[in-house]
Amino acid sequence: MRYLICIKQTPDTAELPKVKPEEAASGRLSVQLVVNPWDEHALEGGIRMMETYGGEASAITVGGEDAIERLRSALAMGCKDATLVKDTTADAWGVATLLAAAVRKMGNVTYVITGQMTVDGNSGTLPVALGRALGWPVLTGVARVVSADEKGITVERIVGQARHTVTAPAPAVLAVVKEIGEPRYPTFINIRKAARAEIPVWTPADLGVKVPVPVVHMSDFRKPPAREAKVVLFNGTPDEAAQALLDALLAEKVL
Amino acid sequence: MKTLVFIETDSGVAVGSSWEALGKALSLGGEVEALVIGHAVEAVAAEAGARGATKVYRIDDPSRALFDLELYTEDVKAVLAETNADALLASHTGNGRDLAAAVGFDLGVGVIADCLELKAEDGKLVGTRPIYSGNILVDVRVDGRPQIATLRPRAAAPAPVTGATAPIVDVAPAAAKARVQVQAVERAETGEISLTDASIIVSGGRGVAKDPDLGFKLIRELAQVLGAAVGASRAAVDAGFIPYKYQVGQTGKVVRPDLYIACGISGAVQHLAGMGSSKVIVAINKDAEAPIFSVANYGIVGDLFEIVPALTRAAKAKLNR
Ligand SMILES: Cc1cc2nc3c(=O)[nH]c(=O)nc-3n(C[C@H](O)[C@H](O)[C@@H](O)COP(=O)(O)OP(=O)(O)OC[C@H]3O[C@@H](n4cnc5c(N)ncnc54)[C@H](O)[C@@H]3O)c2cc1C
Ligand SMILES: Cc1cc2nc3c(=O)[nH]c(=O)nc-3n(C[C@H](O)[C@H](O)[C@H](O)COP(=O)(O)OP(=O)(O)OC[C@H]3O[C@@H](n4cnc5c(N)ncnc54)[C@H](O)[C@@H]3O)c2cc1C
Repeated sequence: MRYLICIKQTPDTAELPKVKPEEAASGRLSVQLVVNPWDEHALEGGIRMMETYGGEASAITVGGEDAIERLRSALAMGCKDATLVKDTTADAWGVATLLAAAVRKMGNVTYVITGQMTVDGNSGTLPVALGRALGWPVLTGVARVVSADEKGITVERIVGQARHTVTAPAPAVLAVVKEIGEPRYPTFINIRKAARAEIPVWTPADLGVKVPVPVVHMSDFRKPPAREAKVVLFNGTPDEAAQALLDALLAEKVL
Repeated sequence: MKTLVFIETDSGVAVGSSWEALGKALSLGGEVEALVIGHAVEAVAAEAGARGATKVYRIDDPSRALFDLELYTEDVKAVLAETNADALLASHTGNGRDLAAAVGFDLGVGVIADCLELKAEDGKLVGTRPIYSGNILVDVRVDGRPQIATLRPRAAAPAPVTGATAPIVDVAPAAAKARVQVQAVERAETGEISLTDASIIVSGGRGVAKDPDLGFKLIRELAQVLGAAVGASRAAVDAGFIPYKYQVGQTGKVVRPDLYIACGISGAVQHLAGMGSSKVIVAINKDAEAPIFSVANYGIVGDLFEIVPALTRAAKAKLNR
C-alpha cells in the first residue's frame, strides 16, 4: 500500500498576524514559512498507517522550488520519498488537477491523505476536489483510522457534533483533523537522510496536463477592522465583580 | 438572479445555519428556491417555504437519511440542471463545504468558500472572506455558472418565518450507488449546543489545571445557565481535560458568538484565530498581563475557581434560571 500525503507550505501560525495585505495579494510573503499545521497531523496519520498496515508513506506538494524544504521536513518525520509538483499559478481546482495527475503517474497510491484545511487559504475544499478529480470517495474530518488494507478502510469521522464510523473502498482520499495524532519529532537519522534525499520535481508537462485556467479571482486584500478593545475590568470580591460583569453584559444585550 | 439554497438536514431536522444561507439568498434579491435533501423532511420543506423560498425541491428518501457526499452531489447537480439557477448557496458546515466543493469541481466553476458577506453584482456573486486565519479579508469572484458560495455560520441572520407557503416539488433521488457506508453514529448529548452555531460560548484553558474536572464542571454549569456552548483551548485539550471536538482556534473550530467568555486562557494568536471575531470577549484570568486582556472587552483578574461560580450564581439570580 502507498499513502500519499499532501502538504502545503504556509506561514508559521505565530506570524500570520504579520502578513500584510500587499504580500497576500502578491503571494510574496516576508514571514517564516513552515508545513501547514494540519498537514503535520496528516503526515503523522500517514506515517502511522505505514507503521501499522505496512507499505510506504510519501509526501507531495504543489508549489515553488522553496517548498522543497517543507518536503524535507516530511522526510525527516519518516516519509520514504517526496515529490514537488512545480507550479505557483493554479487555484484550488488547478492544484487538485495537478495532484490527481501526479497520483495517476505514481500509479500505486492506495490512500491520499490531506489536512482538513490550510492556515492561509482556509477553504477546506481541496480534498473533495482531489477526490472528484480522481473519482475516489472522500472522507473528511477523519479523527481515527480503525482499520485499513488494499481493499478498503474504516475510519471515525467528526461530522458536526457527531462522530460517524464509516467504511469506504480503496483507493480513497482522507482529510484528517488534529485528533489523528500529534506530529512526531524528526529523528536525527531521518534529518540526515532528508538533507541528502533526491526530491524529484515534476512540471505540469511531465504530468501530461495543462494547468487549468483559474476560476477564482481575489481582489481588495485588506486587514479586518481592528477590535476597538479597551478592556473594562471589574474589581471587588468575586461576587461583586461577577454582578458588575453581568450587568455590563446585560447592557450589551449579549445575554 | 435565481438562487438555489441547499438546506442541510440531520435526522429530519434542518441544520440551523441553513436558514442563514436562505436569509442571505433572500437579501440578494431575485428568485430564491430551496433544495431540501434528507429523510422524513416534510416539515423542513414546508418551513423553507414559510421562510421565503418561492419553490422548494425535496428529495426525501431513506438512502438520504445521512449526508453522503457522492449521492448528494448527484442530487444537487440534477436539481441545478432542472431549475437552471444562477447561483447555489449553502452554509459552510463540514457537509455544506464538501458539497459545494464537489459540485463546483464537477461543473468546473469556482467556489467562494466560507464567506462573511455576500452580494450580487451583474448576476454574479462577490463574497468577502477571511484568509490567513482571519488576518486578511479579501473579495472573491468566481467564473462560471452557477455561481457557488458557502456562508460561514452566524455570518447572516436566518430567514424569518413569514408564514408564506411555497409549492413543493418532489424530485427522485439520483440513481447513484453509495460507496461510503456508515456503520455507527455517535451523537452529541441531547441539548448540546454546536460551537459554530452558538451565540454564547464559555471556554476553559490550562488555567483549570489544578483541578481540571472541577474547573470544567464549573464552566459547564455557567454555560448551562447562560444557554451557552462549552469550548476549550488546545492546551486544555492536549492535557486531556476535554475532547478535541471542543477545541477553538487555529487547529480546532472557528467560532463567532455574540459573547465569548475565556476562563484561564492566555490568548495565544492560535486561540485568537478561532474566536477573535466574537462580538464581545470576556476574560477571566489571574494574570493581569495575559494577552487575552488586550482583545477582551471586559475582564476580571482573579481565580477562575472563584469567579466562574460567582458568575453562575449572579446569572441564576439575574436571569431567573
Ligand atoms: C490566501 C490564499 C487564499 C486562496 N483562496 C483560494 C480560494 O478561495 N479558492 C481557490 O480556488 N483558490 C484559492 N487559493 C489558491 C490556491 O490554489 C489554494 O491555496 C489551494 O492550494 C488550496 O486551497 P486552500 O489553501 O484553501 O486549501 P484547503 O482546501 O484548505 O487545504 C486542505 C488540504 O489540501 C492539501 N493542500 C492544499 N494545498 C496544497 C498544495 N498546494 N499542495 C499539496 N497539498 C495541498 C493540504 O493537505 C491541506 O491541508 C488561495 C491561495 C491563498 C494563498
Ligand atoms: C500550529 C499551532 C496550532 C495551534 N492551534 C491552537 C488551537 O486551535 N487552539 C488553541 O487554543 N491553541 C492552539 N495552539 C496553542 C497556543 O499557541 C497556546 O499554546 C494555547 O492556546 C494555550 O492555551 P491556554 O491559554 O489554555 O494555556 P496557557 O497559555 O498556559 O494559559 C493559561 C492561562 O490561565 C491562567 N490561569 C492559570 N490558573 C488560573 C486560575 N486559577 N484562574 C484564572 N486564570 C488562571 C494563566 O494566567 C494563563 O494566562 C496552537 C499552536 C500551534 C503552534
